[in-house]
Amino acid sequence: MSLRHISSAFSRRINYAGACCLPKKFARQYGQPAAIGRYDEESAKFPGARANYTNSLELVHPESREPFAVYRVMDRDGQVLNAEEEPKLDQGFVQKMYKDMTMLNTMDRILYESQRQGRISFYMTNYGEEGTHIGSAAALKPDDLVYGQYREAGVLLWRGFTLEEFMNQCYGNCEDEGKGRQMPVHYGSKKLNFVTISSPLSTQMPQAVGSAYAMKRSGSGNCVIVYFGDGAASEGDAHVAFNFAATLECPVVFFCRNNGFAISTPTHEQYRGDAVAGRGPAFGITAVRVDGNDVFAVYNATKAACNLAIQENKPVIIEAMTYRVGHHSTSDDSSAYRSMEEVNLWDSTDQPIARLRKYMEQKGWWNESQENEWKESTRKQVLKAFAEAEKRPKPNWKEMFHDVYQDMPSHLRSQMKEMEDHVAKYKDHYPLSSYKS
Amino acid sequence: MALTGSMSFLRSLSYPSRIILARINCVQNASRRSASHFSYVADTVDAADGQATSRINMFQAINNALDTALKTDDTAVIFGEDVAFGGVFRCTLGLQDKYGKDRVFNTPLSEQGIAGFGIGVAAAGSTAIAEIQFADYIFPAFDQIINEAAKFRYRSGNLFNCGSLTIRSPCSAVGHGALYHSQSPEAYFAHTPGLKVVIPRGPRKAKGLLLSCIQDPDPCLFLEPKVLYRAAVEDVPTEDYTLPLGKADVLVEGDAVTLIGWGTQVHVLHEVVKLAKEEMGVKCELIDLVSILPWDRETIFKSVKKTGRVIVAHEAPLTGGFGAELAASIQEECFLHLEAPVQRVTGFDTPFPHIFEPFYLPDKWRCLDAIKKVLKY
Repeated sequence: MSLRHISSAFSRRINYAGACCLPKKFARQYGQPAAIGRYDEESAKFPGARANYTNSLELVHPESREPFAVYRVMDRDGQVLNAEEEPKLDQGFVQKMYKDMTMLNTMDRILYESQRQGRISFYMTNYGEEGTHIGSAAALKPDDLVYGQYREAGVLLWRGFTLEEFMNQCYGNCEDEGKGRQMPVHYGSKKLNFVTISSPLSTQMPQAVGSAYAMKRSGSGNCVIVYFGDGAASEGDAHVAFNFAATLECPVVFFCRNNGFAISTPTHEQYRGDAVAGRGPAFGITAVRVDGNDVFAVYNATKAACNLAIQENKPVIIEAMTYRVGHHSTSDDSSAYRSMEEVNLWDSTDQPIARLRKYMEQKGWWNESQENEWKESTRKQVLKAFAEAEKRPKPNWKEMFHDVYQDMPSHLRSQMKEMEDHVAKYKDHYPLSSYKS
Repeated sequence: MALTGSMSFLRSLSYPSRIILARINCVQNASRRSASHFSYVADTVDAADGQATSRINMFQAINNALDTALKTDDTAVIFGEDVAFGGVFRCTLGLQDKYGKDRVFNTPLSEQGIAGFGIGVAAAGSTAIAEIQFADYIFPAFDQIINEAAKFRYRSGNLFNCGSLTIRSPCSAVGHGALYHSQSPEAYFAHTPGLKVVIPRGPRKAKGLLLSCIQDPDPCLFLEPKVLYRAAVEDVPTEDYTLPLGKADVLVEGDAVTLIGWGTQVHVLHEVVKLAKEEMGVKCELIDLVSILPWDRETIFKSVKKTGRVIVAHEAPLTGGFGAELAASIQEECFLHLEAPVQRVTGFDTPFPHIFEPFYLPDKWRCLDAIKKVLKY
């Protein structure tokens, strides 16, 4: 299965072919507009679009084309629907997929509770979206660069980010590579090629395009993947990222997690078109919509997208349809805007973890006792990492002044000195004992 | 994004385009007005003793620096709106032919895209030189510059950075630029830890400072007073050189009043120094601040402690302008040395007007009057 295949199927449906007969002198003067249609001898000569004339008025309504279908490999019972699409991953690989999804789920439960107890300040769970993380991460090369939004912790887990590293960041302790400066779940890892998360939505999208451009020039043979939600796709930065990626021919994969909600805002208040995949053709970008609760569908689509991106230096949009089972964050009670029955229905009938487990059980790769053993083991591992992270002191407070610039300018040095003198004088009023000296 | 740009843009166009644009923008009037509020004073600092120089203007000096950046750094790329054909102010002239379409290229028309794309190029370790066509149009990129570029290193604990990003943009008054081809937005950016903001006063400074910005390990905003692109002509070393960021220049030594400006205003103040000498027989000390962030506190305080009187002049509006930061810091640091309140001569707290530009700018007469005030205080 390849995305070239998908896009040509799409082209056939709306009766595109791909020939062009623009006179040479026009082509020379205006350059070559993207060839996305079939043109006759009398085609219009405007530089802005290649098109034929029509002598009857026809408004093009969004309903005039079929919505993108949702690609899936297995049904809700883990049954493969089309044997040709099964990615034929080996047992160990699939088990790692499952284990990472469940490990993420266990970590989410414990950190969510810890926030409820006031032990960390903030948390965002990944419930229901574990399949999008693991399926896509597993299809990438380890040195493909990742830009995320904030609900993609599974990508890091797949790449080897340790429980200790997750916990250290959430606690902002002295072992956190981010030096305790950002809110919890704003992870980053240089060694795992995962660019540090920031809160402003979709700012990472044009950045990912720029990195992809640089990687194309360096000839590294890698692509960049950038994750974002259906809400973030409404930002201006999403628009420009799509447009820059297409016009500058960048090997970038746009991975949209369409989970139905941006905090309380449902998707029908977010857009009225064919969601996010539907924007692909308008930007001249190959696009595909997948079942985000089907880890193999996500894996296949990501693999094909990366191949196309790298081989042809073209962007691809993957829209993974899923459902945000958890609250938006620990600062949100989602029962205020959606029914818990609806949430429970998704959680009980269409769940990425349960689906993969059924697949594995059919293969004889997993059973009840393995499940119980693994559940107990992950709980212990997470609790151990949690307890250790909680015990570690926070970084020296002077870390507040470092890394604003590569070298500390003199005005910052004097501000640091001023605070140092102040803290020495008023030491009883600052929580110095929690910080490394 | 720009309507027509300045008259330098007009001159740079091919003949048929000029005819079209001349209809909407009277070239002769523009020429007369843009030259009216200052006379360019060629650089004398860091005299290029023994070095080969050539007599060039500021857009040529910038072109020269960009050429060097592309020549010496294979990863360097230049991009923005209309940079491929040479740029609406000719700063990137000939570079695409010389270095290829993958290194000097047009982007779609989106400032937030240009800034975000540039951050990404830099985060991947390449050198990104982005152009925003007019500083007036940098605001769509404000979020990317303030929340992203400036905080990239800090928030990641130095795991990632976008230090190899430089954003260049033409700024300030041009005689007839009105609201959206005249702004001086440096104070908005001065409030942003993590960013460096630099404004040259002419070709020689522009070349050395731009090369420093491009090589500097932090994201830099390089604001180029567009009225100087052609008006400023002087001998510029043909060799490559860099000039320090964060360092002010004392251009004229004096003991009566410290005059602080940057960009085009430095040349206004040059004339003010002369007028004060002629009319009042006093010697003013003239300082080009050069770097807005971080700024050279030491040089400023040293001068103010000597003169006891200080005037800050900038084109941008008064309230929240960078003059306020200087005035507050000076009174804090030099309180016992001050003989008069710090004066700010600036643009008014209005949008930048079209036909009223001569009444809006902090011209030499308003600056001269301020000198009289502080001397009489």
